[in-house]
Amino acid sequence: MSHAEEPAFEAVGLGRRYRRGWALRNCSLRLPVGRVAALVGPNGAGKSTLLHLAVGLLAPTEGTIRVLGDEVRARAHPRVAFLSQDKPLYRRFTVADMLSAGAALNERWDAPYAARLVDDAGLPSRARVGTLSGGQRSRLALALALGRRPELLLLDEPLADLDPLARRDVMATLMAEVAETGMTVLLSSHVLTDITETCDHLVVLGGGRVQVAGGIDDLVGGHRVLIGPAHQLGTHVPAEVVVEARTTSRQATVLVDDPGLAPGPDWVKHDAQLEDLVLAHLRRGQLPDTEQVPA
Amino acid sequence: MIEFRINRTSGTPTYLQLVQQTKQALRLGLLGVGDQLPTAKEVVAATAINPNTVLKAYRELEREGLVEPRPGAGTFIRQSLAHPGGEVDSPLGVELADWAGRARDADLSREDVEALAKAVLDQTF
Repeated sequence: MSHAEEPAFEAVGLGRRYRRGWALRNCSLRLPVGRVAALVGPNGAGKSTLLHLAVGLLAPTEGTIRVLGDEVRARAHPRVAFLSQDKPLYRRFTVADMLSAGAALNERWDAPYAARLVDDAGLPSRARVGTLSGGQRSRLALALALGRRPELLLLDEPLADLDPLARRDVMATLMAEVAETGMTVLLSSHVLTDITETCDHLVVLGGGRVQVAGGIDDLVGGHRVLIGPAHQLGTHVPAEVVVEARTTSRQATVLVDDPGLAPGPDWVKHDAQLEDLVLAHLRRGQLPDTEQVPA
Repeated sequence: MIEFRINRTSGTPTYLQLVQQTKQALRLGLLGVGDQLPTAKEVVAATAINPNTVLKAYRELEREGLVEPRPGAGTFIRQSLAHPGGEVDSPLGVELADWAGRARDADLSREDVEALAKAVLDQTF
């Protein structure tokens, strides 16, 4: 790959303000080449804003954003493809018409490859887009995005509104192309279970900020759940490593980001689950006065 | 060629499931020296998991000396885990099947037998 040392995606101090306020603030992120990254967060967390900034559909209010080593400009990067949430298909076009449009609208276009993906998805070339099922439309939109032969593929909620079978088909297609091409993928989702098997990198957005980011194995390995007596929490567990602490009258359950911490004989240490970790960081992101550490 | 199954709720990391299933196939003789493992693309097209997970599993199998990558061709079995006499139809296997039949006739459930077998194995090995 031409920019082996460069991250596929890099934001520094990135922010975007709309009339109603900041949608994204103080966002610093690096995504290494070849990762399949999930952008997770509740509705309104800034996921779509970040993706639109990455493809130049929005301009940053502050900070910088680079993709494949180049500063993002108002026009689409030739080696980046973006699939927006409202899949950009014309209902009255046939599948073949959409492929012709893809060829006409893109500088880089691999027609045999796009045709093969459409064929693999079992889409009849003379069928009109309006008659296709949600899953078929997703497969067509994905084929059109992949036809650009992108090195970085950005997908905004690609699995929303799909039934479980169609979700699996779309993800299997996507993963097979990642295996073949080594492209970098950043996909947003508000459903965590969709992505735990497919993604190897995680970015959690909450309240317009990056709550936590990194390789999934590193994140899970870097956290532990500690269970011990509630009255020892303040004295035995340093506040700066606590992501989230829940207490009953006697027992404290604490998620910490220091795997080596051993508070004492009364405490039991468990491995952290990805889901607990994400939820804890999201809840922390909703607190109004939390100090944010750039990930 | 074998096919992997992913259990998404087992708590076992996905790459480890692939490693364990490969070893199981090696022990049972379903895979032998020179056989090819499915390519990363074939595995992910069937299971929708991340290709890096497959590569991680294959690297682990390579580290243990069980497989070798041949550039441009794929990943191949280097070493078998099947022990002569460890097959289901070997003399020991037939004896065990006979014993399992007697256990069932004695109204032991599958869980009873598994617990008993584990206790005896823990004493022996």
